[in-house]
Amino acid sequence: MSAHSDAAAVNADRAAPARAASYLHDGYTLWSWLSSRDHKRIAILYAVSITAFFFIGATAAALMRLELFTPGADVVDADTYNRLFTAHGVIMVWMFLIPSIPSVFGNFALPLMIGARDLAFPRLNLLSWYLYAGGGLFTIAALLLGGVDTGWTFYTPYSSVFSNTHVILTLAGVLIVGFSSIATGVNFIVTVHTLRAPGMGWFKLPLFVWAIYATSVILVLATPVLAITLLLLAAERVFHVGLFNPALGGDPLLFQHLFWFYSHPAVYIMILPAMGVASEIIPCFARKRVFGYRFMAFAIIGIAVISFLVWGHHMFVSGQSAYASMVFSLLSFMVAVPSAIKVFNWTATLYKGSISFTAPMLYALGFVVLFLQGGLTGLFLASLSVDVHVTDTYFVVAHFHYIMVGGAVMAYLGAAHYWWPKITGRLYPESWARLAALIIFAGFNLTFFPQYLLGYEGMPRRYHTYPPDFQVLNVLSSAGAAILAVGYLLPLGYLLWSCLHGRPAPDNPWGASGLEWKTATPPPQHNFDRLPDGSDPPYDYPPLQE
Amino acid sequence: MDAATPDSAQDIGRQAARTRLGMWAFLGSEVMFFGPVFFAYLYGRFMWPQAFEAASRGTDLLCGAVNTAVLLTSSLGVAVAHLLADRGAYGRARRALDAVVLLGLAFLAIKGYEYVQDWREQLVPGPHFHLQGAVNQAGAQLFYFVYFFATALHALHLTAGIALMLHCRRALRRRPGRPTLRRLEAAGLYWHFVDIVWIFLFPALYLAGRAL
Amino acid sequence: MSQGLALFPPSASAAARDTDALYLALTGFSTLIAAVFIALIAIFCYRYRKNAKANRAHAPSSARGLEAAWTIAPLIVFLGLFAWSARQYALQFHAPRDATRVFIVAKQWMWTVEHPNGRREINELHIPIDTPVKLIMTSQDVIHSFFVPALRNKRDVVPGRYSTLWFRADRPGEYLLLCAEYCGTDHSEMKGRVVAMAPQDYARWMEGGASHPGLAERGFALFRRHGCMGCHAAASSVHAPELSGLLGRRVRLSDGSDVVADETYVRDSIMEPQKAIVAGYEAIMPSFKTQLNEEDISAIIEYIRSLDRDELAGERP
Repeated sequence: MSAHSDAAAVNADRAAPARAASYLHDGYTLWSWLSSRDHKRIAILYAVSITAFFFIGATAAALMRLELFTPGADVVDADTYNRLFTAHGVIMVWMFLIPSIPSVFGNFALPLMIGARDLAFPRLNLLSWYLYAGGGLFTIAALLLGGVDTGWTFYTPYSSVFSNTHVILTLAGVLIVGFSSIATGVNFIVTVHTLRAPGMGWFKLPLFVWAIYATSVILVLATPVLAITLLLLAAERVFHVGLFNPALGGDPLLFQHLFWFYSHPAVYIMILPAMGVASEIIPCFARKRVFGYRFMAFAIIGIAVISFLVWGHHMFVSGQSAYASMVFSLLSFMVAVPSAIKVFNWTATLYKGSISFTAPMLYALGFVVLFLQGGLTGLFLASLSVDVHVTDTYFVVAHFHYIMVGGAVMAYLGAAHYWWPKITGRLYPESWARLAALIIFAGFNLTFFPQYLLGYEGMPRRYHTYPPDFQVLNVLSSAGAAILAVGYLLPLGYLLWSCLHGRPAPDNPWGASGLEWKTATPPPQHNFDRLPDGSDPPYDYPPLQE
Repeated sequence: MDAATPDSAQDIGRQAARTRLGMWAFLGSEVMFFGPVFFAYLYGRFMWPQAFEAASRGTDLLCGAVNTAVLLTSSLGVAVAHLLADRGAYGRARRALDAVVLLGLAFLAIKGYEYVQDWREQLVPGPHFHLQGAVNQAGAQLFYFVYFFATALHALHLTAGIALMLHCRRALRRRPGRPTLRRLEAAGLYWHFVDIVWIFLFPALYLAGRAL
Repeated sequence: MSQGLALFPPSASAAARDTDALYLALTGFSTLIAAVFIALIAIFCYRYRKNAKANRAHAPSSARGLEAAWTIAPLIVFLGLFAWSARQYALQFHAPRDATRVFIVAKQWMWTVEHPNGRREINELHIPIDTPVKLIMTSQDVIHSFFVPALRNKRDVVPGRYSTLWFRADRPGEYLLLCAEYCGTDHSEMKGRVVAMAPQDYARWMEGGASHPGLAERGFALFRRHGCMGCHAAASSVHAPELSGLLGRRVRLSDGSDVVADETYVRDSIMEPQKAIVAGYEAIMPSFKTQLNEEDISAIIEYIRSLDRDELAGERP
């Protein structure tokens, strides 16, 4: 609580007098929320829908881990299990991770951070949410009608010829959500280019803005490829043409190339915003400028560019040529370099700082540690001969969960806690938040670390039953999942509680730098009474003494 | 498309830049939509060059060429409309847009006629596909799959463009002013993009096997 | 099979042990880096925690030299790891010429195996140790993946083409075989075992089982029954490409390109003859897609392969 109280003392004279003027009070009807062009309200629309999808996807995972307690089939049958892991993948990737940080915190904080009144195209922003919600409804419909069993990767010819589940309905949902992503990306790109406060050059932007910008470029350029790939898949399924179906002269590998050309950059859509969040939280709670700001900014751009060149590392055993595999392996090692730089820089930011361990900081530090581990295992997967053994096993499952859950979800929760006062005007209960962060960190590691070992032992992924030798590690993993579940339910509880009963927050409870903290908490609908000047450098924390 | 009250006159001027940049960013995504389709075409052309060339000879060169002229002229009409509207000649600008819409509809009509012909000639991919005289029917069918997919996607975009032009035309009558001019410029950019896509599609699909 | 909380599956080949060596190196490197950075983070968090007395003066916010160093050093390590793994991969990719061939057809949800002498197995693969073995695999339906953890090797088995995987086991034993590419309802049930035997035991095993014609013999019977002789026999009046010595030969196609005739080329020629016409020939070969299944095609390939040797009497057309 110490961070609150002394920051509160510093900011006492800046406490907003007129709470009634905040964006939250700008209309109380449901329609005022559903028709709002205000980026802050749209962010909350996204937050609610994303949270709902997260828990649906998490329930699927819970059932899967329950089944995997024992080697045999005793909770669900094979068909149901296959639908569960597909639902888990589709929902978590497209309905949760891809929109999460950009559409909630990018929407809420980015205009504030650059001193703007809103995004460049507020109505397009609202349309983005409706596209997301509409696409989500298609996915829910597919789920209610029995689901789909192709895996989130829709490999052909299983998905185009053999599966008799609701493939087209699911594809339609994903396609529509994809348009939401593109619209959001266009909006952020134009906003960052044209709505920055006077004096705010590119190298004065907070790194979160850089991260959202790079993510938006990937969203705009990669998502259309997914759209076309899914349309081609749907066309093959409906019109029985032979593009990916070898029985009709097509090539299943063509699908894989097209799919992964989007889906690899997609994983960077998921992690870059998380890196941006870490770059906001760590300087704030270390009371120090980010170490190596320019390198950090260039690393973000470097990651975004190279991300388009490595898709073939998902196909080392697919039958693609050895030369192609070697090129993709080399490039995959290259993309690890800027990611490594970022970890080193975050660590160096802590040096000679003045560090407080608030919940956001715990999440941010957890992010760095888990992202480091996940990134290191990426090296295993980039190594051709090792990948031949571990691809399509639980090793890969562990790797991407370290990055997506240990990385992106931790950062999402960190962002939620960091900006919670600004968004809601309330303080969350700090002790509960720290407890939840620690439970999540522990539960996460217990769930996913054993999976690396399972993978090297040879347990393939998407397995409903498994040889009994693999049971011990599976039990550990499922036990961890139970702990993780508790950890995730806690924030749902206390954050909602704080909306009604939390202490009112001062304008800048953390004493953070950044334009979003220089306006009222919560902000008025028009963000700033007078648009601020942007010429101060970012992370403008005064030098520490002693 | 504005946020709450603009803070200065400069802001109004910058709105045009925002609209333009937004359309260019969107067109970037559109390039990536058509990119994979061209990639599928190049893939097929590389793997089965003879089949693709033979299949391309089955397209209606006259219709394709006329459509190219129609679309290029319509792009001229868009540019003229924008120029006139900029100068305040809203009436004439609307007439230019009329021409654009008519030409766009003519394109769609000719394309529709071609599709009907293709159906009659059994060139629609599916169980009844058969290209006369082609040795590699599977390769030829793949060509026609790409042909229909690409031209249908293009026609869909053209239809959206026609709708945009009709919207701009109505705005010119109802509320001529800066926002309308911005929209017309953005719609114009979009129309030119659709035109450029066709300029790539035409030689790829119609001229592949017809080198003299 | 491994017991309990084993970290490594058994290793059945030198290549597997090489992969393990790289894996251990990667683990060592990762553990070192993770330990260093977690330690640094912990130390900084402790030493510079708020209200702790520490020297915070002149905190650096950038250091070009350090940035350059920690950009270049990882790059060099990564290049080393790349080279090591690429070399192992390259060795794994191309089978030696004298490898024993086994044909595998995967289907939902089982593995069917056919040895050159015609001996068949389901979900089991008997192989000799100390001999390179090359698996020529295709799928009858969807993509599967032939995975033997003990060999640290797997390859996707794709419908419509042949994939190959080769290995040289050096320890006798039974090893788990798993399908590693999701293929539908009973994906997890598509298990089997690879039985590695000493060469004498293997020879004895091959003799055993019901008497059956070898693959090449069966291929010859199919070749005759389906009328291939009509065009491809030496005495035929129809102008058709010469098949003896075909496998491994460079073939010029009618569009001017060159291909090396491998198993996939022969399979495509039988199933989709229009795909690649040999230069100088007419495109008159019909497709046998509806008449031959994958096992039949493997047999015909072996028959064609046998045409470059004089071993089996009465084989030549």
